[in-house]
Parts: sequence; structure tokens; C-alpha cells
Amino acid sequence: MTPDDFGPLYQRWLAGIRKTTDTLEDWALVGIKRRGAVLARRLLEDLGGSAGTGPAYGELDISLYRDDYHLQTGAPAVLGTEISFEVEDKSIVLVDDVLYTGRTIRAALDLILDFGRPRRIWLAVLVDRGNRELPIESNFTGEFFETERNDRVQVRLEEMGDDYDGVDLTSFVEAGA
Amino acid sequence: MNWNRKHLLGLEDLSREEIIELLDTAEGFREVSTRSVKKVPALRGRVVVNLFFEPSTRTRTSFELAGARLSADVLNFSGSSSSTSKGETLNDTALNIEAMGVDIVVVRHSCSGAAYQLSQVLGCSVINAGDGAHEHPTQALLDIFTIRQHKPELAGLKVAIVGDVSHSRVARSNIWGLQKLGAEVYAVGPSTLVPNGLSRLGVKVSHDLDEVLEEVDVFNMLRIQKERQERGLFPTIREYAKLYGLNGERMKRVKEDALVLHPGPINRGVELTPEVADGPRSVILDQVSNGLAVRMAALYLVGACGPQGGQVEPQRAAGEES
Repeated sequence: MTPDDFGPLYQRWLAGIRKTTDTLEDWALVGIKRRGAVLARRLLEDLGGSAGTGPAYGELDISLYRDDYHLQTGAPAVLGTEISFEVEDKSIVLVDDVLYTGRTIRAALDLILDFGRPRRIWLAVLVDRGNRELPIESNFTGEFFETERNDRVQVRLEEMGDDYDGVDLTSFVEAGA
Repeated sequence: MNWNRKHLLGLEDLSREEIIELLDTAEGFREVSTRSVKKVPALRGRVVVNLFFEPSTRTRTSFELAGARLSADVLNFSGSSSSTSKGETLNDTALNIEAMGVDIVVVRHSCSGAAYQLSQVLGCSVINAGDGAHEHPTQALLDIFTIRQHKPELAGLKVAIVGDVSHSRVARSNIWGLQKLGAEVYAVGPSTLVPNGLSRLGVKVSHDLDEVLEEVDVFNMLRIQKERQERGLFPTIREYAKLYGLNGERMKRVKEDALVLHPGPINRGVELTPEVADGPRSVILDQVSNGLAVRMAALYLVGACGPQGGQVEPQRAAGEES
């Protein structure tokens, strides 16, 4: 996907999210670090509305909630979670860049629930690349890509130091195949 | 990620990058203590044993709470009340405890090198919670963490360690850690407690607190042990307080933004007068809360490099796909 395609993809995604969030009063945008949080910051700017009426905002670091700590060779970096609003009874739009196995989202849901009992959580992902390992689905998907397990899907964002905004798909042919 | 150590034995053998990794990780843990559910599942199913052969309340409690906040099971074992008094060796005690399926042993012992010895004998991770007059890495890390909160640029910072530097594991760990981060360390106290030979560690030795008062950015006031006076290393507690204690008069002469640290427990009126201990320059209670975050970071980092780690590739590198 070229940088030219990224703009329209983001706009379609944004429009879909807006349809729901326009009807919400007490709601929050929560991004999963790091690329999900970058996208959530963009959404916050585009959905925020006038001062005082915009959503609450937070960022999640799921490293302490991963299910593979015991399989690691080293601990994942702890980036810190920032949720300064009251989660109780809030409507939350959870944002990430790529939805894959669903394990990150499972961790993020557990993390949010440790802060309180939200009214509802929606999931917004820019790219869904299939290959789920848990029964988790997105409510707002920018685009679905058919991929193989060992393909690589990376969302490029200028805020992360990338040269352009875009989605890179790399297919790997298995050695010996 | 700059951490691949199974043990945390001291700051002397850590690199500058590893120390920064520990401090940055602790930064990420601070927020956990502000939640309504003050717990994360990172070490769920792991077992941490506090193996303390010396009396300690705050360090043990801090490790206990740090383990609990990471969802580990924490056992407390105090050496004085059990098998060691029946003649069991340190190695045997530790091996017996490890045989119950322990992942991390946190050890405090009056002999220098005790933590290192256990790291050689045990298969699990070992964290040094103070060994003799050698090192007390988590205390120094929480001191440095607290200093960094107020003064982010440690390079060139002048930090005075005041008191019984000679017998202090806290001082030794601070000296290693601070110097690796570029700070200039002063050791201040009477020559019996701060021998000139300490300059070999690269510190500036002074026997006169008033002489360095105005140039120092951070004062770390070590606790004075009464038994040192009984052994004749200084004449009286009163004289020590007069020469090396921080009081209101001295605080008028220090830099406006100077910090006062104390590893606790404070002898009020000796190392610090109450007006200084409770005053605006004191960050002593910050040290205690930061200690929790630093110990969570230590448990988290060594736990991931323990015996069960390293079998399978991580499923996902940080910042990549979900």
C-alpha cells in the first residue's frame, strides 16, 4: 500500500468510528502503545470536537499483561500505562494498528478492567490481517488483508520515525517450500 | 532491551545502560501503585522468597509488596528464627527452599558475597537485598531514581554521601551507580568512618561537611549505627550530630534546589534534625514509594531471564503487530 492510499484508508476508518462516537456522551479513546497510541492521538484530534466536549484519552502498555512472559528470553520493555480518567461506566474505543492473533487485545481488555468497569468497549483497528488465535473481533476496521502466518504487516507512522504513513506487507516464502 | 541478567547482585558489574534500563523500567511501574487495582499479572504463578538473615522491615516489606503487585507468590523466611540457628549452612538453607519450586530468591545477609555465593549454587534468580558491607543495589537504585526525578541530568551532579561510608553497602552501591551515570560523588564524614583510601573508588573525600556544603547538589545522609560509637570510631553521638548532621542552620547555606536523602530509619536529631527531615528539601518519603517501583522492576527483569525463560522466541516484538 502506497502513502497515497493511506489517507483514504484512514478517512474511511475515521468516518466509521465517528458514526458511533457522535452518539456518545461520556466516552474515551484509548490507544495501545506504541503505534495504536499514535493512531489514537490522531483520532483524538479528528474526533475531539470543541474543547470540553471531547473524549477522555488514555494510553495502554500491555507488556505486564502478556501471556508469553514465561516464554521470553528477556522481559518486554515497560512503557507505562496512562489512564487518568474514571473508567467506571465509560464508553471506550480501544485503538490499535494491526489486529492479528487477538492476544494483545485480550491483554488490553484485562488491563482496562483493572481500572474499573466500563460501560462498553469497542475495538478500532486500522488493519485486520486475520489469523486469530482468540475469539476477538474488531468493531471498526480500516481494511482487511488476507495474510499467511509468517507474513509481516507493519503500519508506518511518521510520529514513530518512519519516512511515510503507510501499511507494508511483506510475504515470506518458507525456506524449502 | 538492555537487560539479560538472571541475577541482580550489585551495581559494580552493571553497565550504565543496564542501570538506565532498570530505572526506566521502574518508571513504567510507578503508575501501577496509583490504580484502584494495584496489581498486574506479569509474575503470576511465580514464587519469590525473601530470605533474610538480618533484621529488616522496610526492605523486606518493600520486596514483599513489589512481588504481590506483580501477582507473584511471596514467601518470607527469616534466618534468625529457623534452621540457621540449628547449624544449617547458607547453601543448604537456600537449596532446601529452592527445592520447593522457587523462581526468585531475595537475600539479605551479614556476609559480603552471600548473594553471589547463592547465585553460584542455585538454579533460580538471585537478588541481593544487602550483603555485609558490600552492596545493596536496590537501595542505591531507588536513591538514584529519586534523584533523577528531581534532577534528570545526572552527569556532573555533585552527590555527597555523608556518614559511615566505610561500613555502608548503601554507600558502595551508590558510588558505583552514580559514577557510572556521570555524577561526581563526595564521601563526607570523620576519618574513622571515611578513610582517605576511599578516594581509590574515585570519590572526593572530605572530613568537613561545612567545607563542601555550598557546592553539593544532593546529600545522602547515612544512618549512624550506635555500635560504631561504642567501638570508639567517634567520641559521642552529640559531637557527630554537631559536625555531620544537617540542621536548619546548615540548610540556609546549601544550594536552593539541593535534595536531602536518607535510607532510613532516621535517627532524628543525629543525621537530620526534624525540620530538615520533614522540610521542603527532603525527598525521604519519595524514596520509599520509589523503592517499590524499583523492586518491581528488579523482580520483573530478572524473572524474565530466569530458568524458565529463553526456550521459545517471543511471539511478537514490541511495537509490531498485534
